[in-house]
Amino acid sequence: MEPPVVAAPPSGDPGFLRRNLVAIGFLAPAAILLGVMIVYPTIYTFIRSFFGKDAHEGFLPKGDFTGIDNYKALFTTDILVTAIKNSAIWILVAPAAVTAFGLVFAVLTERIRWGVGFKAIVFMPMAISLFATGVIWHVMYIKDPNQGAVNAAIGAVKSWVSPAGALSSASPSTPALTGSPQSGYVLQKPIAAGKTALLGLTAIPPTDVPSGAKQVATPQPKQGAITGVVWRDFKPGGGVVGKPEQGELGLPGVHVKLIDSSGKTVQSATTGDDGSFTFDGVGGGSFKPGIAASTFAAPFGGISWLGSQLITPAVIIAYIWVWAGFAMVVIGAGLAAISREVLEAARTDGATEWQVFRRVTVPMLAPVLSVVFITMLINVLKVFDIVISIAPGSTQSDAAVIAVQMWRQSFGGVNDFGLGSAIAVFLFLLVIPILLLNIRRFRREV
Amino acid sequence: MATYEADAGPIVVADPNERTSARITRAVAKVPLNLFLAFIAVLWLMPTLGLFFTSLLSPSDYISNGWWRIFSKPSLATFENYSNVWNTTDIPTSLRITAEIAIGGTILPIMAAALAGYAFAWIDFPGRDILFVIVIALLVVPLQMALIPVFHLYNTLHLYDTIFGLILFHTAFGLPFAIFLLRNFFIGIPKDILESARIDGASEIRIFLKLILPLGLPAIASLAIFQFLWTWNDLLVALVMARNTTPITVDIFSQLRQFGSNIDIIAPASFMSMLIPLVVFFSFQRYFVQGLLAGSVK
Repeated sequence: MEPPVVAAPPSGDPGFLRRNLVAIGFLAPAAILLGVMIVYPTIYTFIRSFFGKDAHEGFLPKGDFTGIDNYKALFTTDILVTAIKNSAIWILVAPAAVTAFGLVFAVLTERIRWGVGFKAIVFMPMAISLFATGVIWHVMYIKDPNQGAVNAAIGAVKSWVSPAGALSSASPSTPALTGSPQSGYVLQKPIAAGKTALLGLTAIPPTDVPSGAKQVATPQPKQGAITGVVWRDFKPGGGVVGKPEQGELGLPGVHVKLIDSSGKTVQSATTGDDGSFTFDGVGGGSFKPGIAASTFAAPFGGISWLGSQLITPAVIIAYIWVWAGFAMVVIGAGLAAISREVLEAARTDGATEWQVFRRVTVPMLAPVLSVVFITMLINVLKVFDIVISIAPGSTQSDAAVIAVQMWRQSFGGVNDFGLGSAIAVFLFLLVIPILLLNIRRFRREV
Repeated sequence: MATYEADAGPIVVADPNERTSARITRAVAKVPLNLFLAFIAVLWLMPTLGLFFTSLLSPSDYISNGWWRIFSKPSLATFENYSNVWNTTDIPTSLRITAEIAIGGTILPIMAAALAGYAFAWIDFPGRDILFVIVIALLVVPLQMALIPVFHLYNTLHLYDTIFGLILFHTAFGLPFAIFLLRNFFIGIPKDILESARIDGASEIRIFLKLILPLGLPAIASLAIFQFLWTWNDLLVALVMARNTTPITVDIFSQLRQFGSNIDIIAPASFMSMLIPLVVFFSFQRYFVQGLLAGSVK
């Protein structure tokens, strides 16, 4: 390693002063700006963090010296502790996730013909402000599946896997049927094959009657089978309770089940448009027909992404959406630098693609991966815009990270510059290890 | 990958049929991968398109319809929101302010950083490496460290709520990265070129203007794009240092505080704020990527 400072030329060299004057001239604009706008403020903020809310701001803060009170507040105030916890979650999850996504995308895009297009698409969010990204995802995360795309997608999958029930709620029309919408309803008295079951329901608002419902049919007994009907046992202007009548509607799409004497469900069926159902091939013994609880399964109401529970994961997902492209491009460049021969040699030796990836590609990419990881680490500590734009007012405190609270405590109404300074210093301390790492890397290069 | 296939070609050329079938097999094997990546691409595009489609829905339609309903017939799309935003809000003014901040905040740091980067790369002076280490250290200083003192400084100097004040802040915080990037690029310029210019008696400033700047143009271009996007997209600095002279992000942010009722302003305004960055990004993507790589991987 060369000595860091270039030896001064012998004094008396007329060019010495002139040379340095030139250097000073070149450096002056940057030096003044950095000194006034970064170095001095950093020192000021550090000192300010030991003064209270009411200190006088001048060239240096004066009055209301409070020692380490601001730092105590930082670790004891509830919303600030929440912010520190959230930042910890961010640090643990986001850089690793971004790096992993970037790695997978970089490796996979190499194998397709439209890799350039794919990269441009995934990289594009980098151009959009984190703030606009927040607006984008706020719209994506709206709870109502009719408005929020995320919940609409989940709802679509969910209704495919376990569709919503035909009814939202109902109660039995006669005491013969017992249970609740949560557990389903069962006929109290067991019946044998050849009998019919009348499963009457009431308390169904007209708007809740499944579309396509037809006039209820009185079930006909059938040899070796249990037949029955589920219907809306209600007729404006009266009628006989417990008896299917003219003017009453069958309930289609209701899940009915047949329970044997040991309590096991042996058959299940869905009612037709007139509410009728048939359990064929029923053996000996007696059975209890009933209505399954899935009939009353509520439709998907949407996950509360922007609620206090999920807000931080939700924001992290949006953040990954932005930065995966960065990781992909940087790692992709590293990947391009790996010699093809090494990979081909491994393949020729019979290594599977996974082994090549795990044992050759990843180790050779280690330096690039660590650069991406560290870059993201610094970035994650300062994350601000995306948090305050995604989180609605009601969950801002649940979502806040350190950088957000620094702004809120200093400028967002509280105006406590002492506490704000302490939060800023805390943030600064967290990046110091990275700072030292950068300097060491530079020193090694010189 | 492509070069490998081309190399492998001649080896199997002996049996043209087998070659074709092998190709088909390989192409079929890639179908799941292509489908998967296509799915990812759609996933990545959807949020941005979603915001765009949302911006085309009238407020009354928005309440009962997700943006995907825009494709229903007859289409619900309307550009009314855009004309409303353009004609009845301050968004056009904010866009102009944003542009001024972004242009100033790009030119100033590049000028200062090019000068400093040249000095760090090619002028010997005592303490050069120490000073450069300081620049590297400043690279990671969170701008939160400067908000409070600069806020007071600006109030004293009457720079608060001015475009110039915002430009100055972005200049200062853009400098460490700019100096770092340009110094590393300038140092790669062949020494002979500089030495011969110096022997010919060219002054440093002449060398800087006539040699270094033209040769450093690729790096300067990358840097300019970065700095432009960074200042254009800023929210935090403007939120603290301005009240009325605000860029578009701050305007949208104050709308966002009453989210729900005014999506017909927020969505089109957000999309308008994204347009210029997207155009810059897609026009100069190559430089953007180069700058990214120079900045992170060495």
